[in-house]
Amino acid sequence: MVSTNTDDSFVVFDGVQKSYDGENLVVKDLNLSIAKGEFLTMLGPSGSGKTTCLMMLAGFETATNGAIRLGGKEINNIPPHKRGIGMVFQNYALFPHMTVAENLSFPLEVRKIGKSEREAKVKRALDMVQMGDFGGRRPAQLSGGQQQRIALARALVFEAELVLMDEPLGALDKQLREHMQFEIKHISDNLGITVVYVTHDQTEALTMSDRVAVFEDGRIQQLAPPDELYEQPKNSFVAQFIGENNTLMGKVEKIDKDLAVVRLDNGDLIDTVPVNVSGVGDRTLVSIRPERVEFNRERLLPDAHTLKAEVLEFIYMGDIYRTRLRVAGKDDFIVKTRNAPDQRRLKPGEMIEIGWRPQDCRALDA
Amino acid sequence: MTDATNSPSTGPMLSADGTPLKKSLQIALRRQKLRALALVAPLLLFVLISFIAPIADMLFRSVENEIVSETIPRTVIALEQWDYEDGNAAAPSDDVYAALYVDLSEAEEFKTHTRLGSRLNYETTGMSSLLRKTGRGIGRMDTDEYTKQFEALDPKWEDPAVWVAMMQSPGVAEILPETASAWQSWQRIVANKNDVLAEEQPEDFIYTMLYRDLIAQPASAVAAYSGSGAEMLQTADSAVDGFEAISLREQFLDIDEDWADAQIWGTIKAFSSPYTAGYFLSSVDLQLTPAGVEAQPENQQIYMLLFGRTMFMSMVIMGSCILLGYPIAYLLSNLPLRTSNLLLILVLLPFWTSLLVRTSAWKVLLQQQGVINDILVWLGLVGDGDRLVMINNQFGTIVAMTHILLPFMILPLYSVMKTIPPSYVRAAKSLGATNWTAFWRVYFPQSVPGIGAGSILVFILSIGYYITPELVGGTTGTFISNRIAYHISSSLNWGLAAALGTILLAVVLLLYWVYDRIVGIDNVSLG
Repeated sequence: MVSTNTDDSFVVFDGVQKSYDGENLVVKDLNLSIAKGEFLTMLGPSGSGKTTCLMMLAGFETATNGAIRLGGKEINNIPPHKRGIGMVFQNYALFPHMTVAENLSFPLEVRKIGKSEREAKVKRALDMVQMGDFGGRRPAQLSGGQQQRIALARALVFEAELVLMDEPLGALDKQLREHMQFEIKHISDNLGITVVYVTHDQTEALTMSDRVAVFEDGRIQQLAPPDELYEQPKNSFVAQFIGENNTLMGKVEKIDKDLAVVRLDNGDLIDTVPVNVSGVGDRTLVSIRPERVEFNRERLLPDAHTLKAEVLEFIYMGDIYRTRLRVAGKDDFIVKTRNAPDQRRLKPGEMIEIGWRPQDCRALDA
Repeated sequence: MTDATNSPSTGPMLSADGTPLKKSLQIALRRQKLRALALVAPLLLFVLISFIAPIADMLFRSVENEIVSETIPRTVIALEQWDYEDGNAAAPSDDVYAALYVDLSEAEEFKTHTRLGSRLNYETTGMSSLLRKTGRGIGRMDTDEYTKQFEALDPKWEDPAVWVAMMQSPGVAEILPETASAWQSWQRIVANKNDVLAEEQPEDFIYTMLYRDLIAQPASAVAAYSGSGAEMLQTADSAVDGFEAISLREQFLDIDEDWADAQIWGTIKAFSSPYTAGYFLSSVDLQLTPAGVEAQPENQQIYMLLFGRTMFMSMVIMGSCILLGYPIAYLLSNLPLRTSNLLLILVLLPFWTSLLVRTSAWKVLLQQQGVINDILVWLGLVGDGDRLVMINNQFGTIVAMTHILLPFMILPLYSVMKTIPPSYVRAAKSLGATNWTAFWRVYFPQSVPGIGAGSILVFILSIGYYITPELVGGTTGTFISNRIAYHISSSLNWGLAAALGTILLAVVLLLYWVYDRIVGIDNVSLG
């Protein structure tokens, strides 16, 4: 876990717990520190507690136990409208009876900002999301993407330092979603605001965030930058939740500092990095990314362990080939290869040998 | 492109087989339309027969006035020559009395003169008894003198067959117009009695008309007639000048002095046209008098007061329903589904009890010896001597009707509020709005369609409410609908009831229009 309570931490969850019914904890002992200007994503399946955390930060839910601090000040008992946190909702929550400009003007009006200043700020915010000409429209007259931009502009117009986003792109189609991901990222970088972003879409989390907190069962399973999260998952949940993943079950045969040999259930031996296995004889779940599997013998280390595999299916996907193999008795082992001129297309029924660099294969908790 | 149908030079778009595209589309859609029509046809028919048609009939009754011109058509025509002059105006000439004599002779047979009396009695009191009395006396007039004199002249005048033959001859209608007209009445009277025309001696009024015709016609005209009974007629024509004349005016005055009153004749004339604005004038405290449109006497002006009271009380009831219903609907829409369903059942509970029971319950609660007064007295807040009067007045009506109509406000409000996502208020708060601002600027405007729908519902229901004001309204809490019901079932003045109803309908439509202009009818939602 990255440092908590350092000087630059802007938002701090300190031992926060949340229970709705007094019997079950939805959030169990959350400790999280977010730096100023950071883009942090809370990622997790539904019911993992990520939205509850966001709502506690926004003030719509109260923490059952523990403290939430914003800029060094405890905010547990401050009502939402005094927290000064911008928020973008899943369904945008644009007020349907107001025009776009009125929507943006609303947070400024309740802050008693003068008319001319209000208009200038609204215009600036609209220009920022490239919606300058839409001030007079009603939300219902806008497309989903346009509404999304307005919702973003509204959360930013009163110059909040912290902006919360609750699955803001969930209602958009794939192409627009990808476009908006970059746009939100750029705007937040340019303004230097702190963003806490909740999503269940791992691609979104990886492409946008400085750090990602993976939630499951009311706890943060791993908090790390995207590359680390993807390449070095700390446990089997994170490994399987982030990206595509091949898993094999086995027992630790031999363990060194940074190399462990695992005997799979069918007796084959493979090389792995020990992540959270403690010693010889431990049951382990071995995880390997499909794009890190190699079947070209020349590219493997000379003494590397290899596995026999039978090609079951070859799928052409344009930029990549996706091949399904039967490995160690399992027939859902996937290999992804780049569609390059020198790349070989495997044929179903073909017998090959596969292997990998030991550092790409991680022995995790079973 | 090679697609010829797309080229602009070929004119209208054609479908593949060359027919215009519009036409083939119409043919394709016709089946669907017919199917849709067939599906709604039973309901449409039902509504037309049981709802639209009766309403149209009632609306028509508010102007319909054919009873006068149908019952006494000759009198109506004869009165055209006569003008009412205010005050000491002279009663009409003998011609009018003669016309009335024939008309009433027929009406008496069909008993329609009593209906006419009731109708005219709405306008001038005394008309009903006058016409009844006249109906009784019309057969006992001295006009049998004419009959006797004709019979004395020639006994053949007694023979109905002679009459039938004569009245069927061509040309007789020209020389004996009044007799011919009266003869038609006589034919209807005989037919009504299921008798044979050729076996019944005509009644006195036929002889009277014959006398009048013969007096009026020059001898040459009668001499020119050559049809059946020509000789008898010529004999009679030369003899009538020596007949003893009976003044019909005197005969009517013998029955009732009122027939000399110009006011009576003025009323008949004023209401002689088949359509009248009289009912509508009555509805707004005016009246159509022989001299023109006048205000009703002060002590009879009631309808404008009732219309005003109905509007005012409906507004108050609507306002109370909004005030009471809004918080409940808000609570309902924000509770978990299980709890809100339970509470909703409680809201609907009043619908399961009879309207009569609920109203009577308020009587028990609010009366002077009732539960609430008893409690207040027991608490010492009110002395036993001066118990509050809360029923049989406006207060009682407003309380009872607010209670009865409250669900009609809560339900649309609830269904609209249910559709307002909680994220709007959250968004407002996250943007810095206090609870009140978030409610007033964000939540409330979105619940306005529900208020609109509920208000229209409650207002329109209460404006036409009848049972509750009738039971708990006393004298100060009754509505215009109670008056309409009175005219429908007690005074039987359906025309006035229809006019009042029409005005009420027009007012509702007008308010609906005003609402549409101010709030916009698309701003009304039931959820």
